[in-house]
Amino acid sequence: MSPPATIHLPFSNWRTKETADRLLKAIEAETRNLPTPLKLMEVCGTHTMTLHRSGLKPRLRQVGIDMISGPGCPVCITPDYYHEAIIDLLVGRGDILVCTFGDMTRVPTRKGSLQTVVPAPGSRLKIVYSPEEAVAEAHNQPEKQVIFFGAGFETTIPGITFTVKKAAEEKLKNYCLLTAFWLIPPALKAIIEGGELAINGFIYPGHVSAIIGEKPYALVAETYHLPGAIAGFEPADILLGILSVVKQIRSGQPLVANEYRRVVKPEGNVEAQAIMERYLIKTAADWRGLGPIPDSGLKLRPEYSSFDAVRRFSLKLGSGSSARKTACRCGEVLKGLIAPTDCPLFGRQCRPDSPQGPCMVSYEGACLIEYKFSGVKSYD
Amino acid sequence: MCLAIPGKVISLNDNGTGQVDYLGSQVLANFSLLPDIKVGDWVIVHAGFAISRLDQKEARRTLKLFQELEKQS
Amino acid sequence: MTKISLEMGSGGRLMRDFIASRIVPRFKNPILGELHDAAHLPWGIALTTDSYTVDPLFFPGGNIGTLCINGTVNDLVVSGARPAYLSLALIIEEGFELEELEKILESIKKTARATSVEIVTGDTKVVPQGQGGKIYINTAGVGRLLGRPQPAKIRPGDKILVTGQVGEHGLAILLSRNKFPLKAGVKSDCAPLLFLLPFWQEGVLWMRDITRGGLATVLAELAQTISLPLLVEEAKIPYSTRLQGTVEILGIDPLYLACEGRALLVVPARKADEILKKLRSHPEGKKAAIIGEVEDKIGRPGEALLETLTGGLRLLEPLTSELLPRIC
Repeated sequence: MSPPATIHLPFSNWRTKETADRLLKAIEAETRNLPTPLKLMEVCGTHTMTLHRSGLKPRLRQVGIDMISGPGCPVCITPDYYHEAIIDLLVGRGDILVCTFGDMTRVPTRKGSLQTVVPAPGSRLKIVYSPEEAVAEAHNQPEKQVIFFGAGFETTIPGITFTVKKAAEEKLKNYCLLTAFWLIPPALKAIIEGGELAINGFIYPGHVSAIIGEKPYALVAETYHLPGAIAGFEPADILLGILSVVKQIRSGQPLVANEYRRVVKPEGNVEAQAIMERYLIKTAADWRGLGPIPDSGLKLRPEYSSFDAVRRFSLKLGSGSSARKTACRCGEVLKGLIAPTDCPLFGRQCRPDSPQGPCMVSYEGACLIEYKFSGVKSYD
Repeated sequence: MCLAIPGKVISLNDNGTGQVDYLGSQVLANFSLLPDIKVGDWVIVHAGFAISRLDQKEARRTLKLFQELEKQS
Repeated sequence: MTKISLEMGSGGRLMRDFIASRIVPRFKNPILGELHDAAHLPWGIALTTDSYTVDPLFFPGGNIGTLCINGTVNDLVVSGARPAYLSLALIIEEGFELEELEKILESIKKTARATSVEIVTGDTKVVPQGQGGKIYINTAGVGRLLGRPQPAKIRPGDKILVTGQVGEHGLAILLSRNKFPLKAGVKSDCAPLLFLLPFWQEGVLWMRDITRGGLATVLAELAQTISLPLLVEEAKIPYSTRLQGTVEILGIDPLYLACEGRALLVVPARKADEILKKLRSHPEGKKAAIIGEVEDKIGRPGEALLETLTGGLRLLEPLTSELLPRIC
């Protein structure tokens, strides 16, 4: 009896070679009569990660599809000055507990990274899986000021926001958020209107879409006549999304296809949207790489500003571009204008253990993924 | 920004949380974004929050599509 | 660079560069130059040393005591030696609870007995509070050589095996360090590899215990050592289902999770099935598997390639930074 080496996922066909082969064949049948390579942008870092980890990118290139990574990486697009503000607190004040997701702690700034700085006495950094852990810490350690540093897109925003709802209801005095909330549809608009890139279609982020539904992408199809498909995260899901986009290109009829219907409802998650609406308000946001985009971020409404770390601790967040003066070209990578290999620092000064910019730090940063996963030329 | 797993709800607490099983590991998930969730439902869990209920019919439909692709090729 | 960073101790490229530039050339000698897990001395014995700084000290499946004996024993086994004598050096922080120290010492005693090694010499130091991580332990070990790794004899077609399910130790440590709201029931795989000793007489060409950096790091290092490509199939790597579930929830790559009781073997093709059968007849090896082979048709010299479940190819590089949970 051979040991069980493969995992038995619920619905495990999504990962098999057979399914991938069939879908790639179907894609090839569509691209055969089209000018290739077609350039499709996947916006979500998790899509980028799946494409690379499964080794699909070279196989997609063989069937005429070039995947370009977009700015769907919260660690990559959150400017340094957020981290620096948190570092100042952690290092300068006692009895501070900073809770955050793993990636954020490795971003190198002028003041070091969250992981490497030495906290003030009584202060510390805690990596959490869920923002709920931060609320629990606030309850368990009433003498500490707990700050949840949350950077994320619409998938993560409702959960983080829920902690404010809970903190408000429980009258928690020692809990607050430093938020870096980014919205996908305005970023898409900015990329398209930036006019710098020749993208033939989009793969939309499946779990962002589970929250916001299908409608916010309509402008891409209707106003800009670009095809797109909402896709899930198994290899077969992404290939289904790509197949749909290629079919739209052939038919000349761009739309917003939903290829992740088992998870994404057309209206999205209404409850999550309600929480966002109740506690948050749109704001201009300064995206690393893309620059400032109006109404592309969210912040706490004035009536909940007591839970905003910026107000509670009088944090000074920088204005304008936060790019340190280095030769790092993360900004252009995030816009899909250049490949990581086009950056002069890539693979030389900038490597995973000595990252010069966020795209090499974040696990779904295009540069780290390129470095880790793309050393392989096609061997077929 | 979308890392999440499809798990089965195996228990519900009365504070809006519950246990979701994924391949034998259990994660404590918050269901406040999914009212009317029941034990036995399949959900997508991201950063400790259940963000969507899995539609079994749609899942089966897609799996059938894979089989049909084989017949076409 | 003027100061040592934490990353330099992580086992990744920075540490290898440090050793290659500051250690090896400074203490130049042919034995050190081999850079095996243990040094092969001209008296027919092997010598190894390791320091243990694990945090937390106690974790599901073991503690720093079980680790410090098994780790050194395993380094000797995979270098071809039967472990016999160990030294034990303790660096204890002022204020450390005596009760915990006793538990650790008892574990050391039990593990040494289980591995038939004797603690024959040692040292104890106490450092002021705040200057140590509660307790650090160093063990050095010697054993008589009964075989030797022969990387120069490895040829395309030779098979690559693992002795069991991988990644359990690294995951157990990560979970007990961070206390995420997860119930995984994952225990460290910390265990002695003594059952592998007879296999040196069965024609095994190379062994390495899979520790920090996980399976991917060992594969990358093997490829570099033999200057040949190798190809491993993701579908054949044995993982426990619990581990698979947990790493997907947290977003961790299981290829890089440490083990403390698993080894990678390279065996000649014609002996692979027989060796696999023998490994599986041992309780410690019942989930052993052939996961790949040394290549000559695909890949470039020194490349460790993974054929993914989906049929793509991925290049495996050594671990470069600490594994952290992701949301993306």
